[in-house]
Amino acid sequence: MIATPLVEVRDVRKAFGSFEALRGVDLDIGRGEKVALVGASGSGKSTLCRCINRLETVTSGTITFDGQPLPQEGRALADLRAQVGMVFQAFNLFPHFTALQNIALAPVRVRKVPRPEAEEEARELLARVGLADKANSYPAELSGGQQQRVAIARALAMHPQLMLFDEPTSALDPEMISEVLDVMSELADGGMTMLVVTHEMGFARHACDRVCFMDAGQIVEQAPPGEFFDNPRSERAKDFLSKLLHH
Amino acid sequence: MAALTTGGRPGKDAMDTIWTMLRDNATFLLNGVLTTIGLTVLGFTGALVLGTLVAIFRVSPVTPLRVLGTVYVEFFRNVPLLTLLILIVFGLPDIGLLLPLFWCGVLGLVLAGSAFVCETVRSGINTIGVGQSEAARALGMSFTTQLRLIILPQAFRTMVQPLVNNFIGILIGSSLAAAVGVSDITNVTQQLNIRYAEAVVLFLIAGAVYLVFALGAGGVGAWLERLVTRSRIGGTR
Repeated sequence: MIATPLVEVRDVRKAFGSFEALRGVDLDIGRGEKVALVGASGSGKSTLCRCINRLETVTSGTITFDGQPLPQEGRALADLRAQVGMVFQAFNLFPHFTALQNIALAPVRVRKVPRPEAEEEARELLARVGLADKANSYPAELSGGQQQRVAIARALAMHPQLMLFDEPTSALDPEMISEVLDVMSELADGGMTMLVVTHEMGFARHACDRVCFMDAGQIVEQAPPGEFFDNPRSERAKDFLSKLLHH
Repeated sequence: MAALTTGGRPGKDAMDTIWTMLRDNATFLLNGVLTTIGLTVLGFTGALVLGTLVAIFRVSPVTPLRVLGTVYVEFFRNVPLLTLLILIVFGLPDIGLLLPLFWCGVLGLVLAGSAFVCETVRSGINTIGVGQSEAARALGMSFTTQLRLIILPQAFRTMVQPLVNNFIGILIGSSLAAAVGVSDITNVTQQLNIRYAEAVVLFLIAGAVYLVFALGAGGVGAWLERLVTRSRIGGTR
């Protein structure tokens, strides 16, 4: 690889008490690359995703972002997090702010963008996720799919270099999943660097450059989606995929 | 008084005596009421500010601050207010700090009240899901920005009624300042009782003052709660 990857994960381990959620993970994410992180529940996908913006601290190993190791809690870490967008399974919109305020809040308070400018961009982002008419709605007035699209817009408002998606559609009703995946596909087409923890294999196959399969705290196999889904090499990946297809 | 002790209704003479007593001491009583209001309002305001600060200590990521906050709360919550007031009134001059009696009372109420307010604020903060704080951190917000913009405004909604309890606690606690010589309504009625020996009437008056203010605080609390609940639903505008 000629250019340095945006994210480098090296031999990362993470223990919760006596349970080892991550057992020596190596992962590179190149600029503009879209990586899907798949695997059974409890395999460590979300933990790995959360370690990358240090919502979880690693027990050992290193993670670098843009060539720099992740800083300790404080100003420098806040600066780094401002460059990494995160979308949560539970949306986590701020319920006491409108959709527009949710999106404009961090640009105004963290990036110090003048409010009118931030609100104008927030409106553009809302239009981009198809919610131009919901600017003044509170999260409680929006459906799950709409809330998640606002959450994506909120993360994008910080102009992140990397977007982390932690099971963004797992809390949604089936009919709302596609509206969120559409927004994510558009983002992928636009060249955003993305790490997506997901159970949506269709999305992993069509929108991602690479699929990483995790099992028991390790990345067991990584390959381009076509190769992974049609010709999985490891037994565990074969087993995982066969269970998905047999519903 | 004679009419009262014979068990019948107070005679015209007794009523006249009471009215005369009240009229003659109206300014004295009014000053007592104002002192009680002053103690309570200043005590509660101070307790709100200090208590919130200590609560922030108690939820902060910095261990020494958390320990300091815990020690503070456990000390001031578990020492009787009267003990605290006596320590302030008689202890502070020993270390060269001579405060007017009224301010000794305020200080005692602020210290004791803030320990209770702290726990109200802290339990309010704990009602806010960890996802809110994670979302705020993921957006690059510092600990203080997160508290100010995301956590405390939401926590306040669940804190309104417990804060009314704290307010009433401070209002009622302010009567103990009478014991160290602050001329609040309790102290004033006590002094009048020594002169006129009308304990029942005088303490009914004092009790009514507390009751009216406590009910008023409850009313303000209910109004505030409706106000913040409306803004949470936020639908119709």
